[in-house]
Amino acid sequence: MINDKEFISKKVGSITFGIMGPKFIKDTASAKIVTPELYDKEGYPVDGGLMDVRLGVIDPGLKCKTCGLKLKECPGHFGYIELARPVVHIKFVELVLDLLRLTCRGCSRVLLPDGKVQEIKDDLERISTFGSDVERRNYLKELTASLKTVTKCPHCGEKQAKVKLEKPTTFLEDEKRISPIEVRSRFEKITDEDLELIGISSQTARPEWSILTVLPIPPVTMRPSITLESGERSEDDLTHKLGDIVRINQRLFENINAGAPEIIVEDLWDLLQYHVTTFFDNDVSQLPPARHRSGQPLKTLTSRIKSKEGRIRHNLAGKRVNFSARAVISPDPKLEINEVGVSREFARKLTVPEKITEWNKDYLRKFVEAGPDNYPGSNYIVRPDGRRKQITDETKEQLLEELEPGLIVERHLLDGDVVIFNRQPSLHKMSMMCHRVRVLDGLTLRLNPAVCAPYNADFDGDEMNLHVPQTEEARAEAEILMQVQTQLISPRYGLSIIGCNQDAISGNYLLTKKGFEVSYSEAVDMIMAIGETDFSRLPKKEMVTGKEIFSVLLPEDLSFKAPNKLYKANPEDPEGMVVIKDGVLTQGVLDKQNLGDGSGLLLRQIHKIYGPDKTVVFLGKIYRLGIETLYRRGFTVSISDTDLSQEGESQVNETILSAEKEVAKLIEQYEAGKLEALPGRSTRETFELEVLRILNKARNDAGTIVTDTAKHSNTIDMIKSGARGNVINIAQMSAIVGQQDLRGGRVNKGYVNRTLSCFKENDLGAAAHGFIRNGFKSGLLPHEAFFMGMTGRDSLMDTALRTPKSGYLYRRLANAMQDLKVEYDFTVRDASGKIVQFVYGEDGIDVSKSEGGILNVKKIIAEVLEE
Amino acid sequence: MEQLIKEYADLLPQSVIQDIVDNVPSGTSSAKIKKIFEKINEEYRFALVDPGQSVGVISAESIGEPSTQMTLDTFHFAGVSEVNVTTGLPRVIEILDGRKNISTSSMEIFLVSPYSEGKDITKIASQIRETTLKTFIKEIDINISNTTLQVTLNSKSVEDAGVNKKKLIKLLEKSIKGYGVTEADDILTIKPTKEGDINELYKLKEIIKDVYVHGIKGMKQVVPVNRDGEHVLVTSGSNMKEVFKLEFVDTQRTTTNDVFEIENFLGIEAARAAVINEIMKVFEGQGISIDVRHILLVADTMSMSGHVLGINRYGIVKEKPSVLARASFETPIKHLISAAITGERDYLNSVIENVMLNQPVPSGTGLPGLVTGGIMNPDHHHAAKKAKK
Repeated sequence: MINDKEFISKKVGSITFGIMGPKFIKDTASAKIVTPELYDKEGYPVDGGLMDVRLGVIDPGLKCKTCGLKLKECPGHFGYIELARPVVHIKFVELVLDLLRLTCRGCSRVLLPDGKVQEIKDDLERISTFGSDVERRNYLKELTASLKTVTKCPHCGEKQAKVKLEKPTTFLEDEKRISPIEVRSRFEKITDEDLELIGISSQTARPEWSILTVLPIPPVTMRPSITLESGERSEDDLTHKLGDIVRINQRLFENINAGAPEIIVEDLWDLLQYHVTTFFDNDVSQLPPARHRSGQPLKTLTSRIKSKEGRIRHNLAGKRVNFSARAVISPDPKLEINEVGVSREFARKLTVPEKITEWNKDYLRKFVEAGPDNYPGSNYIVRPDGRRKQITDETKEQLLEELEPGLIVERHLLDGDVVIFNRQPSLHKMSMMCHRVRVLDGLTLRLNPAVCAPYNADFDGDEMNLHVPQTEEARAEAEILMQVQTQLISPRYGLSIIGCNQDAISGNYLLTKKGFEVSYSEAVDMIMAIGETDFSRLPKKEMVTGKEIFSVLLPEDLSFKAPNKLYKANPEDPEGMVVIKDGVLTQGVLDKQNLGDGSGLLLRQIHKIYGPDKTVVFLGKIYRLGIETLYRRGFTVSISDTDLSQEGESQVNETILSAEKEVAKLIEQYEAGKLEALPGRSTRETFELEVLRILNKARNDAGTIVTDTAKHSNTIDMIKSGARGNVINIAQMSAIVGQQDLRGGRVNKGYVNRTLSCFKENDLGAAAHGFIRNGFKSGLLPHEAFFMGMTGRDSLMDTALRTPKSGYLYRRLANAMQDLKVEYDFTVRDASGKIVQFVYGEDGIDVSKSEGGILNVKKIIAEVLEE
Repeated sequence: MEQLIKEYADLLPQSVIQDIVDNVPSGTSSAKIKKIFEKINEEYRFALVDPGQSVGVISAESIGEPSTQMTLDTFHFAGVSEVNVTTGLPRVIEILDGRKNISTSSMEIFLVSPYSEGKDITKIASQIRETTLKTFIKEIDINISNTTLQVTLNSKSVEDAGVNKKKLIKLLEKSIKGYGVTEADDILTIKPTKEGDINELYKLKEIIKDVYVHGIKGMKQVVPVNRDGEHVLVTSGSNMKEVFKLEFVDTQRTTTNDVFEIENFLGIEAARAAVINEIMKVFEGQGISIDVRHILLVADTMSMSGHVLGINRYGIVKEKPSVLARASFETPIKHLISAAITGERDYLNSVIENVMLNQPVPSGTGLPGLVTGGIMNPDHHHAAKKAKK
């Protein structure tokens, strides 16, 4: 059964670059192109034309005359044309210029005295043994620069003239033009040895090859014509350009043979040069670009390779794939953290290849029987020779008969299949993680909201991509290295990036808070609803507390003690310390500090003791428990949450008033010139800083007043648990928005000596420079709204300008460091084996296996001592 | 304990051993200490990087991903009384580019005792600050009728700074050739020795303002700052070479934010440390947590060649041995052409070339080769052997 063929795998070992010489071009060419005509009357490609069938085929049904293969099988073959007169290759103009200057006009030797040759050879030898490529390049650069000033040939004594380049392709010597023929004949005489001295490989790049005498014609397969709806053929830009070249070339031939006057020949020659130049590069700055009849410039070779949309970055460094899907995402906390919900429609199109063996033939037969339209079914059968057969109602019968071990069935996606899930921009490796499939009703892709953080996803219309690995190796790799649970700890800072968020935190906060009680039966309901079936650990009482419900999910042998957010405010509060004893939560409220991402103390402990697999399961359960709690308890916010008490309002007013008074005093001082400048600052700067300080303090004070006096509400609970929002948010809504910050200071732009036309000139007061003393609920005054608009616009600009900048920085970093890897001896080396670091990170520790980047020595010592 | 330290010296990194020494309470039994070492060694083995790990890419991601969240704020008020310094994304780009001229250079000058306690702090500050004639000038008038320039000095500020007026005039005469200076009270009259030209005088007016009087060149601003009881000078502008010549400067700790200057003055290792410190400072200032190891790796890549190279097509990328890797970054045509001329060979050792050719990448799981006991085509095997010979 094992085919010998399968074992032969070939790998490209290395690639050598060089210039195609005329002989090479002719030898590899399969057709000589002589006519600019493309098709004959029947629409069949003309022999010797640019679409010659010997150059490959682009018509279905036709066969390539060179290799006999059909469309999509034939890779295409090069042709050539004989140029009537040689022309310069635009990309080698600099090489030609350098060589003209470096070699003698008489004897074509490099302008180096024989005595120095050995010295340079030794130098080069030394550099190539010990130095880098860059050193070699720099050495040669210096050498060539020094030779350009030589005025007399050390070999034949010929006087050297100054060679100039008249852009783009004309060379002048003593104001006289050197024709490409002349250049070529000079170059032919340069010896191989001389070339090595100036760093040109004579094997791969004889300099005369930079003057074209024959032009290779690229295969038709890389310049296919497209048939328009009207049946008309539209040729590729390259074909157009080649057509021009062939046409002019022919005219030049004819004129030369007919003995036309020199001036006409010269003109045609220049025209040929122009066409060949624009064939290679249509963006040469000194030449008008060749255009379509519509006026749009042609896309020729250089622009095909260059830039983001060019061949290299678009097709070689990035490739399109099959077996992928994309859809809008939506949340589903009922899914496990490492699952992804896929619609049935998607599951029917995305397939997994499975090889038929003796053991699974009955299992796979069912998929074939179901066919492509029923789920779960299958779409294709792949024969060992690689032929694919589509399963349809017509072919099904026959295919079922043919089923035998060795065939591959491409069956529909099933629950539990391994897929890779991705959201762009893929800024870090957690942007592509491996999930398990859950086929669900509905059309969107579903994910647990806990994994929003690593993907940076939300559900305001975000779309995500799904990839189905097709080989056993790929699946294994995805499962072991990319699954969500393996990515819990960020390699950036060594802490968890996945944790409870939003509702899951406020839910668990309310659940574990003092006073949460439900009946036994409801508690069982809740536990069952989150997917936990074992509730034997729930105390059999009439009323059960939230802490007891939470404890059911905890591992039985877990003991844990850590402070929560309350602890910081009041260390005396018993609820400020989370205590878990033998798997029972005895004390403390769970909040972001323990369940959230980042430090997530409880989660981190569980991860450490029980490993990643158990952690995701646990996390999924507590996540659902939090949400289940909110389902049952109800959770809502309302505008009255931001109501200020009478007392609070008067306190806030007082703070603002006193701040404004302080500012007024400062203005007085400043205007009287009594303000003492801080060292290194002008008095004006000092004044601005002081005002900012006073006003920001006022806002912060107002914030504390608001939270201190606010009545208890869900909004406050969200803030306290760390689920969402902070003190400033609520203060801005109910009391005061505060000073607007524009470019690191107060608002100082606008009209002459004032910010808005409603203020007097040179008003230094708080209100005139962007201090908003109203809250969002009470509403902003007109000028305040304007100031908000200004800072809002500024921050919009900021993001718009930052994204491309940081994107480019990232690209550069990734490009510079993509080859660095840890070797088996723990050194970090680059692609050429040079050592970058002797030990990775100076201690060899992988950040994603550490605790915040360090080995927690203290904790281990404490553990050992406690034993 | 000593014996254990010796025993584990090759197994654990120095920093971890030091950590243990610092944290084991005195009086712990040697058996427990031994156990601690064993346990830590075990944990350390577990936390080691896997060979083949693409640490470069991870570092690039770790720096690239949070930089999208950074504010573009060019200027940042680091405390009330300090100097403006570029922070945020522009600063990171500046450092990683390996720029030779940074937008806001700044020094932090530490002083030796007793000056660090605040002795003569303002005097020292003014001694360091570059002072030009501008500071002493009240006004400059141009007399068109007899083409002279009249400079009125502010005698009070001249006295305050303790500058000799004669010396001032000498400095002035030295820097403007072809003019004579006469003094009357506080007014200096500058007269061309030859035929004067009014336009020349206008130019001269600007030149006079920038005539160097004393201080260290480049020090535009010197601000004394109190850091936890220690007096430190923070400057705008940087000139390490000159500052280090002053006897009251603590040269061990004094530093600048200009990496290029450090490279020239203190060498490549110091420059590497400067790159690390400067990048860390920016990220910390923005409240973004990022492990040092990533920054270390970037700094090491930048300084590997012995010079600080920028992360761009003129720096690190240019040094890459692979043609295709260089071409895939920027200016592909240029690289391909020069590769053709010199007949370069690409051995496909790095990641991007193999991606281009649809081949397994030599890092991570692509690194180990696996020999299976499959049936090999005997002819093929033979041919491979022959080719080797």
